[in-house]
Amino acid sequence: MRLKAAGRIYIWLVLLLMYVPMLLVIVYSFNESKLSTVWAGFSLNWYRKLVTNREIMEALKNSLTVGLLCSLLSMIIGTIGAVGLDRCRGRLNSAVSALSVVPLMMPEIITGLVFLLMFSAIGLKAGLLTLVLAHSSFCIPYVFMTVKGSLSLFDRSTEEAARDLGASEARTFAEITMPQLLPGIVSGGLLSFAMSMDDVVISFFVTGPKTNTLPIKIYSQMKMGVTPEINALCTLMFLFTLAAVILFAAVTDKQRKKMKN
Amino acid sequence: MKKGFFAALPMYIFTLFFVAVPLIYLAALSFMERNGVWGVDASFTLDNYRRISEPAYYGTFIFSLKLSLITTLVTALIGYPFGYLMSRCENGRLRACMLFLVILPFWTNALVRIYGFIILLRGNGLLYSLLKLAGYGGEQLSFLYTQPAVILGMVYALLPFMILTVYSSCSKLDPTVLEAARDLGASGFKGFVTVTLPLTADGLLSGIMLVFIPSMGLFFISDLMGGGKIIILGNLIKNQIMTAHDYPFAAALSVMMLIMMLVCLGAVRLLLGGGRKRGETR
Repeated sequence: MRLKAAGRIYIWLVLLLMYVPMLLVIVYSFNESKLSTVWAGFSLNWYRKLVTNREIMEALKNSLTVGLLCSLLSMIIGTIGAVGLDRCRGRLNSAVSALSVVPLMMPEIITGLVFLLMFSAIGLKAGLLTLVLAHSSFCIPYVFMTVKGSLSLFDRSTEEAARDLGASEARTFAEITMPQLLPGIVSGGLLSFAMSMDDVVISFFVTGPKTNTLPIKIYSQMKMGVTPEINALCTLMFLFTLAAVILFAAVTDKQRKKMKN
Repeated sequence: MKKGFFAALPMYIFTLFFVAVPLIYLAALSFMERNGVWGVDASFTLDNYRRISEPAYYGTFIFSLKLSLITTLVTALIGYPFGYLMSRCENGRLRACMLFLVILPFWTNALVRIYGFIILLRGNGLLYSLLKLAGYGGEQLSFLYTQPAVILGMVYALLPFMILTVYSSCSKLDPTVLEAARDLGASGFKGFVTVTLPLTADGLLSGIMLVFIPSMGLFFISDLMGGGKIIILGNLIKNQIMTAHDYPFAAALSVMMLIMMLVCLGAVRLLLGGGRKRGETR
């Protein structure tokens, strides 16, 4: 019993240590004073400054654009790919299936470097396009894997039944296959979006001198020192993550409940 | 042509152009010669690899490897008990709550979290204020810009990966197996070493991979927490690209890094007794 209590204490202690830094950022983002050593009262000043900071807003727009394009692209290619590879199995296909998730195990720094080298070799100018391409390299495998997961739970006989009842192949796909795969596609897409929004290392290599993503902008600001504006930005990003995690949990929960029925 | 071939086509193209070609290009480039400031000459040379054996670069390799191994070890030492204890929590709601609290930092941008850590450790940060409150009267202390600070930053950034993989394999563990071992006379420690650890080795192994692999490349952590004084492999590769513009050498460094990682992970896997294989037969 005492051992159990010690275990509890250990868990909450580690969690506390994990959250103290994040809570500090949130608290200081509401600090009136520019110095984070003194508390000068509650203020929303830094949030106001943040919203009017054109560079940060531009970076936010870039990050959202890249994230959305990436997750869309990954959802299309990953889904079609997973379904296609599932339909015709063979030695080549299992090799492709295994190779396609290699980017997830690759150190990010090497992925970033390789894409920078390739883009410069074919003369592609660094910017939003290179960001989307490089991020897709790890986003597509995510969707591929989540859809593959859905496919393994997928009941093939429902598809056959629809075909036997006279539905065309396209209609079967749209009305039978698609709805069953949708949770996998959506969770893969959300994962891709979050990973793209989060990425620092790969973006650092493939982004152009004038195109900043949000993490890259934060990184370059942090190198210059701690500013209250970054506190506010980090707080917002944290709250955004919180919302995304809750949304993601809701989606997977729904999928689980559906599986039970 | 087989049915479904066209549907699989996007994945073929992806694997070819986003996985195979880049890796082959990287390997090929590492044997090429540098030409001018930006250029690359397509002639075969082993010079890039020879340069890695120079003390300055060789030293960084060893240092970075050491830092990564310490990071991985500390993360495993903190994360394994955490994941294990979390999976043993009988209160389902409480367990879900803990899990949520681990998943949240897992999803939060590493920069955002590292930033909080910097505020905490800074010269006049919270930790210093706490020490002052506790009666410390010495000069202003900064915990930043040291080697332990970098390790701490890495552990902090990567811990959720370890906890989550260990948790998922521990929660599949059948407690009756452990009970059987105890009934047959095994001590708590022996039961852990001979039953629990081998059965959860695959989770520990994937946790180690998820921590060890990125740890050598996370240049922004060593930059921000080490103040530019601590150079890991990630910084070295980044500098070769961004300041020295030596692409072939950067490629050679990357290839060596990959080889080193594969060797280390292979060794860990052997050490853990081929956890994967056991996981499959179960």
